Amino acid sequence: MSFVDIKNVRKSFANVEVLKGVTINVEKGEIVTIIGRSGSGKSTLLRCINGLESIDDGEIRINGEVVHDKATDLRRLREKVGIVFQQFNLFPHMTVEQNITLAPTLTKRVAKGEAARKLAHEVLSRVGLEQKIDAYPEQLSGGQQQRVAIARCLAMGPELMLFDEVTSALDPELVGEVLKVMEDLARQGMTMILVTHEMNFARNVASKIVFMHAGKVHEQGAPAALFANPATPELRNFISSTH
Amino acid sequence: MRGFTLSDFETMLWAVQWTATLVIIALALGGPLGLLMAMMRTSRNPVLNGIALVILQIVQGVPLLGMLMFFYFGVPVFLGIKVPALISVSIAFTVFAAAFLGEIWRGGIQAVHTNQSEAAACLGLTRWQSFRHVIAPQAFRIALPATVGFLVQLIKNTSLASVVGFVELARAGQLASAATFAPLTSYACVSAIYFAICFPLTQWSRSLEKKLHVVR
Repeated sequence: MSFVDIKNVRKSFANVEVLKGVTINVEKGEIVTIIGRSGSGKSTLLRCINGLESIDDGEIRINGEVVHDKATDLRRLREKVGIVFQQFNLFPHMTVEQNITLAPTLTKRVAKGEAARKLAHEVLSRVGLEQKIDAYPEQLSGGQQQRVAIARCLAMGPELMLFDEVTSALDPELVGEVLKVMEDLARQGMTMILVTHEMNFARNVASKIVFMHAGKVHEQGAPAALFANPATPELRNFISSTH
Repeated sequence: MRGFTLSDFETMLWAVQWTATLVIIALALGGPLGLLMAMMRTSRNPVLNGIALVILQIVQGVPLLGMLMFFYFGVPVFLGIKVPALISVSIAFTVFAAAFLGEIWRGGIQAVHTNQSEAAACLGLTRWQSFRHVIAPQAFRIALPATVGFLVQLIKNTSLASVVGFVELARAGQLASAATFAPLTSYACVSAIYFAICFPLTQWSRSLEKKLHVVR
């Protein structure tokens, strides 16, 4: 069984079916990039994976554990599944250090005080922001805030990271620094599922591309093959429209 | 028949302590209950939410004067016990403060973007941990100016306790007026004292509002 096993997932909002039977497998260490037009269900799928959204049908398993099972301890599962959002969602009333150490100390991953600060320092060095440990989010640029958000995720020691259009809210000149952090993570073997409009990133870093269209997986495969030889007119159109 | 003297004014100042007592009791008891109301109103549990809504609508729909009458004259009739004025008046103001603070704080809680509780949940925090560490501190800052504004209303509204004979600032003014036949002077003094207490608070509320606006 795959590390992340998404099987025939269906999801409706009111009367609109957003996901119409989605099946995707993600192996440990894989970088899966979900691309597709706005409204194709990409972000919804990502939110279903960590249980932020319920599903109507099908099943999602992470490391064998059924996400939408009532018996599943969603909190414990989420400690292993990090998610980074488009809008950063840092806690504005806390310093960078507090943002990072809040969850690890509350969930007893690390003791308060010296050990927590050491952890904050360590994850901040992975995103290149050690010197901002005592800053407040509002004192940081968008790119820096997003890197802190990634560090906050890393502090929980996730086995899987989800990225929901994390560069879409950034000024163009700040996109690169965030993508670089994600590339480093990919190189270190982190399992990642990301929704993105950064086609170059998808092409160069992803181990698998999933093209979603109208609530379904329309095509999937290795980036080189998929971008060179799109099998369907929808993907062909999509690729040409993103250039 | 005697004229209005400084000692009448001093009596009024002395009565301020009972105004203050009522305010402190209403905040000390009504504050925690208000927090409970706010949490019930923002809870996902429809029963808790409904109970809080019914309580709120009763309190909002009944004049404070009516509540004071109810707890002072009504409750003894129903329960057959005589309740001291301080207790019945305190209960009325506590209920009043709980309902209105609850609504103010509910607004503060709901003004914190759902992104924040989502981010907290995704980091593995419980609902309570998320409320305690992420939502409440932000909601508190948002609701602080309105809370201080309500405090001013509460201080002025304690004057209604005079209708059941409870001697606080307004009642002291009535008594001075009756004894000296100088209503204008008496009530002017009463108003001046209320103003002296409330004006700094409204200023504070305004400056808080400005300060928090800059941060946002």
